[in-house]
Amino acid sequence: MHFASFSFIIFIAVLVVLYYLIPKKWQWILLLAASYFFYSFAGAGYLVFIIATTLSTWYASIRLDRLKHIQTEYLAYNKKDMTREDRKSYKAEIKGRQRKWLVSCLVLNFGTLAVLKYAGYLPVGSMGIILPLGISFYTFQAMGYLIDIYRGSYDAEKNLAKLALFVSFFPQLVQGPISRFNQLKETMFAEHDYNADNITYGLQRILWGFFKKLVIADRLVVAVKTIVTNPIDYQGAYVLLGMFFYAIQLYADFTGGIDIAIGVSRLLGIRLAENFERPYFSKSITEYWRRWHMTLGTWFKDYMFFPISVSKTMMSFSKKLRNKFGDGIGKRFPIYAASIIVWFTTGAWHGSSLNFIVWGLLNCLVILVSQECEPLYKKFHSRFPAIGRTFIYRLFQVGRTFWLMSFLRTLDVYTGVGTTFHMYGSVFTVWNLQELFQGGLLQLGLSTADYVVLALAVGLVLYVSLQSRSGSYTLKINSSPMPMRYAAYFFIFVCVLIFGAYGVGYDSSQFIYSQF
Amino acid sequence: MDALIEILQDLHPDVDFNTCDTLIDDKIFDSFDIVSLVTDVSEEYDITIPVEEIVPTNFNSAKALWALIERLIEDE
Repeated sequence: MHFASFSFIIFIAVLVVLYYLIPKKWQWILLLAASYFFYSFAGAGYLVFIIATTLSTWYASIRLDRLKHIQTEYLAYNKKDMTREDRKSYKAEIKGRQRKWLVSCLVLNFGTLAVLKYAGYLPVGSMGIILPLGISFYTFQAMGYLIDIYRGSYDAEKNLAKLALFVSFFPQLVQGPISRFNQLKETMFAEHDYNADNITYGLQRILWGFFKKLVIADRLVVAVKTIVTNPIDYQGAYVLLGMFFYAIQLYADFTGGIDIAIGVSRLLGIRLAENFERPYFSKSITEYWRRWHMTLGTWFKDYMFFPISVSKTMMSFSKKLRNKFGDGIGKRFPIYAASIIVWFTTGAWHGSSLNFIVWGLLNCLVILVSQECEPLYKKFHSRFPAIGRTFIYRLFQVGRTFWLMSFLRTLDVYTGVGTTFHMYGSVFTVWNLQELFQGGLLQLGLSTADYVVLALAVGLVLYVSLQSRSGSYTLKINSSPMPMRYAAYFFIFVCVLIFGAYGVGYDSSQFIYSQF
Repeated sequence: MDALIEILQDLHPDVDFNTCDTLIDDKIFDSFDIVSLVTDVSEEYDITIPVEEIVPTNFNSAKALWALIERLIEDE
């Protein structure tokens, strides 16, 4: 059951009515049943994987929690008789036992994810295994929770059913956001009264999500597919056009899906974390990665980048390097090593083909080169302080970041790394810009009317993004006069109905990130 | 504390670390800065900063970071 389907709308409508009719203490149980019902549509057999992740995470977290409490009680009872060394050694012993549970559970779950994701590369072939829906997302979410428990950030959830809902909550299952238990539990397990503000906000986000998904993303996918599946016919200017179209398509598709997830959750009184902060207005690639798919970025930062870069082993190795080669190399090494590992994993998380690994490592390269160039930028700006303050320069920075990201992202869409680089090369060797305006654009599966709809729809999204710089646009809409507000809702609703890309030649069934 | 301020000034000479208490919230420090800082502080005070201590509240100001260092020295 996909978000952009009629059955999903019916499912949500029935769920919301039931949710506010039943006794409030049963609301979260209804959500658990609804989440498993939703998941079973993807294939009842895949429930085994999500149940296994839930059970293993729950059991390991309970064991970790028990060890923590044993330690607290033991130290409180025996503190007087223990020396500082005794206490340290006892803590180290408990930590070691906790580490065994943590590592076993991480290996089991990440191992399952890796085997399923890379099954096609096994000597026995994929054996017909299709990646279970949302496994990359729920595995990361569950393992993030387990690491938090290991670190003692908060207590483990004793109720298995509650943890099962956290892992399987259907709006975030398909493509995130990747939530943190301590943030989500506040609203997920609370008792909710019907609240008109939540319903209004939820419906606004859902409608806006459908607009981006159906009017923009599912229209552009036709042209993008035509360009990338025919690399011999479409080179030069078409490659640039494909980069540009794919950047817009991916943004509309992914943010549209997240809008729907956040909107549906809000209908139920549950607040999911935001996943985007107008990323295409970023002035550098590091800033872009702070504003795009934020929950995945912070996951990698908190659970991978820092644990690797500040680990005891890394710190002592860094110290040795500093003594031998100086601060320059010694201080950079933890950052470089952790960044390369994180970006390699980010690439592997996105897909099992080499394209994604290259994509991840190229992102890393650009970030590290930018980092090295930072003193040069600072020198330039201290010499010419006025330039950095001009609108034109900021526009240049935003445009440069957009094109750089679009260039890297092209690796997502072509079938191989070789083809992608061949296509990059064709931008400089095949001069066919005029061909686009001599009928070329209309050969991509879109009509003149489609381009007009796209231009207006993208213009509207751009306008809303610009307006959001000074605060939530939803709040601005809500504070406008009622006739204007309802006219805006009606306009977007009609646009989705009339201009949504449905029917033959269009594919509104899949969100891009659901395949990761 | 003076040595800590010196380490921080090396990292961002343009920031007043005696008054600023939004180093993370205002994105003055990025993750690379944090790693660099942890490396310097570990070396200077001969302590290990565990990863679970790398949270915004411990790095938002020089004062908060100093409190963390004192606590870790006490625990060592």
